[in-house]
Amino acid sequence: MKKYKKHSLLLLVLAMFLLPFLLDIYWLDVITLVLFYVVLTQGLNIVVGYTGLLDLGYAAFFAVGAYTTAILMTTFHWSFWLTLPVAALFAAIAGIIVGTPTLRLRSDYLAIVTLGFGEIVRILAINLDITGSASGIYGIPRPTIGSYVLSSQQDFYYLILIIAILSVLVVYRLGHSRIGRAWVYIREDEDAAEAMGINRIRLKLLSYATGAVIGSLAGSIFAVKMSAIAPLSFSFLQSVMILLAVVLGGLGSIPGVVIGAALVIVLPEVLRGAEDWRYLIFGVALVIMMIFRPQGILPKKYETEDRSDPEEETNDKNHSISV
Amino acid sequence: MSILTVKNLKLQFGGLLAVNDLSFTVEKNSISSIIGPNGAGKTSVFNMITGFYRPTSGEIELDGTSLVNKKPSQITKLGMARTFQNLRLFPNLSALDNVKSGMHCRTKEAVWGALFHTKSQKEEERLIEEVAQECIDFVGVRKYMQRSAKNLPYGAQRYLEIARALATKPKILLLDEPAAGLNFEEKQYLIQLIRRIRDEFHITVLMIEHDMGLIKEISEHITVIDYGCKIAEGTPNEVLNNEKVIEAYLGKEEVI
Ligand SMILES: Nc1ncnc2c1ncn2[C@@H]1O[C@H](COP(=O)(O)OP(=O)(O)OP(=O)(O)O)[C@@H](O)[C@H]1O
Ligand SMILES: [Mg+2]
Repeated sequence: MKKYKKHSLLLLVLAMFLLPFLLDIYWLDVITLVLFYVVLTQGLNIVVGYTGLLDLGYAAFFAVGAYTTAILMTTFHWSFWLTLPVAALFAAIAGIIVGTPTLRLRSDYLAIVTLGFGEIVRILAINLDITGSASGIYGIPRPTIGSYVLSSQQDFYYLILIIAILSVLVVYRLGHSRIGRAWVYIREDEDAAEAMGINRIRLKLLSYATGAVIGSLAGSIFAVKMSAIAPLSFSFLQSVMILLAVVLGGLGSIPGVVIGAALVIVLPEVLRGAEDWRYLIFGVALVIMMIFRPQGILPKKYETEDRSDPEEETNDKNHSISV
Repeated sequence: MSILTVKNLKLQFGGLLAVNDLSFTVEKNSISSIIGPNGAGKTSVFNMITGFYRPTSGEIELDGTSLVNKKPSQITKLGMARTFQNLRLFPNLSALDNVKSGMHCRTKEAVWGALFHTKSQKEEERLIEEVAQECIDFVGVRKYMQRSAKNLPYGAQRYLEIARALATKPKILLLDEPAAGLNFEEKQYLIQLIRRIRDEFHITVLMIEHDMGLIKEISEHITVIDYGCKIAEGTPNEVLNNEKVIEAYLGKEEVI
């Protein structure tokens, strides 16, 4: 069963690597955007899905990554690869900054604080000189590997594909560790988690910081792919769309969230034929989805298959439960 | 020798004095209990000991270490575990994952180990799994191991919460009304369980209970509180024949 799963995953990855040979430029661009969303949703999945902290300003971390890379590459002429750890560090700090005032807040207040944070970052980007004000930053150089310059659609497709695979792996491994479990305990019952010896403050901050780092990676790559960035890409709507993909796919479920990311990007493209109606249809589709499948398309399963052998089922003499 | 010392403990909620100048000690390796009418302040005492409420004044010491102003997670790490009056399991998670939470404070692998599956991380995960399974076996809920906690029968949920507390490897275990909602057979099983916790693991047990039969059967020392004050303490026989105690309970019954 597990082997079968592993094989189909490998097949999927292989197919993803072959995709550029099959798709035209238009669809390759759509799938590239899907992969950006896969990274972003995996990052947000840690915060919202695992830890249960509502975040309405997640695009801010996407922005921190994009602007850090853009500024370091244009103003300071850094190599793209060196900007990645710096962007990640700034994002982690930003994550802790937004996390700290929210530690004692419950969900509705949390929504307001994170929303405010997202807007602050966007407004800063519009007003600061270093971020190029409203017109943003353009002329961001292409990244290079040795003497090879990453410049084509395909190059960036592969770059974001690798980052997407890595982020899925990171979120999977964290999710299956004591850190990931602690996040989920906090989501399930904060007080009980604290009573079990889990320092909720530290783990919530770690969750924000980890989610932020993953979001910033998407941002850094976005900056070099587009070679120009502007505040518009980091709006509240962007945060909402990322959150939407996570909820739609299934909070805390890695494959679910990947499907959510694909749907949120591909559906409006497929509906392009419907012209003005497409966002209406998209909206209606979402509402219907949430009515009939509120837990998401592929919800996280917590009950694993029963591994106990039948002998244990009957071996129950010193223990009777009959409520 | 005492393991837990509570001195002049006071807790005020606005105008309400929930706990008033309460002092008591719990002997190491004993099974002790706190009893008292509804609203007497028993759970509040537990919440102060475990760090969920900050005492207005007073001192709490576990094995000579002061617990006042410490976070619940720190106190757990010092060797105190608890269950809640109204079950507080992690409802969606499997019984096994619930119990694994207890091992969090006894393990230390961080992000790095998880990402790179280092040897020590894998060993630690194995240990967590092993201890969790032992605790599950100990309370006898193995057959529900993979089920979501919320789908377990009520009694099994009670035992599971105890298993989860045991996984923190405590020196002292605080049980807040562990028998509440259990039927007769389940109570008998619980009595055995509490005895085994003390005898096999040498864990001191302090519990709040309303079931006098159960208290009489396993409790070696009782502290009675009413309106936040201690009104009696001693062995079950001494306490349950104490005039003040009878009055406190009868007085309450008249109200009901
Ligand atoms: N967080 C709180 N805020 C305000 N008042 C509280 C709080 N917690 C407890 N109280 C009050 O303190 C008093 C003692 O409550 P506590 O829960 O400790 O009683 P108890 O002895 O555990 O009762 P029971 O047997 O019903 O569980 C009650 O009057 C209760 O209303
Ligand atoms: Mg109580």
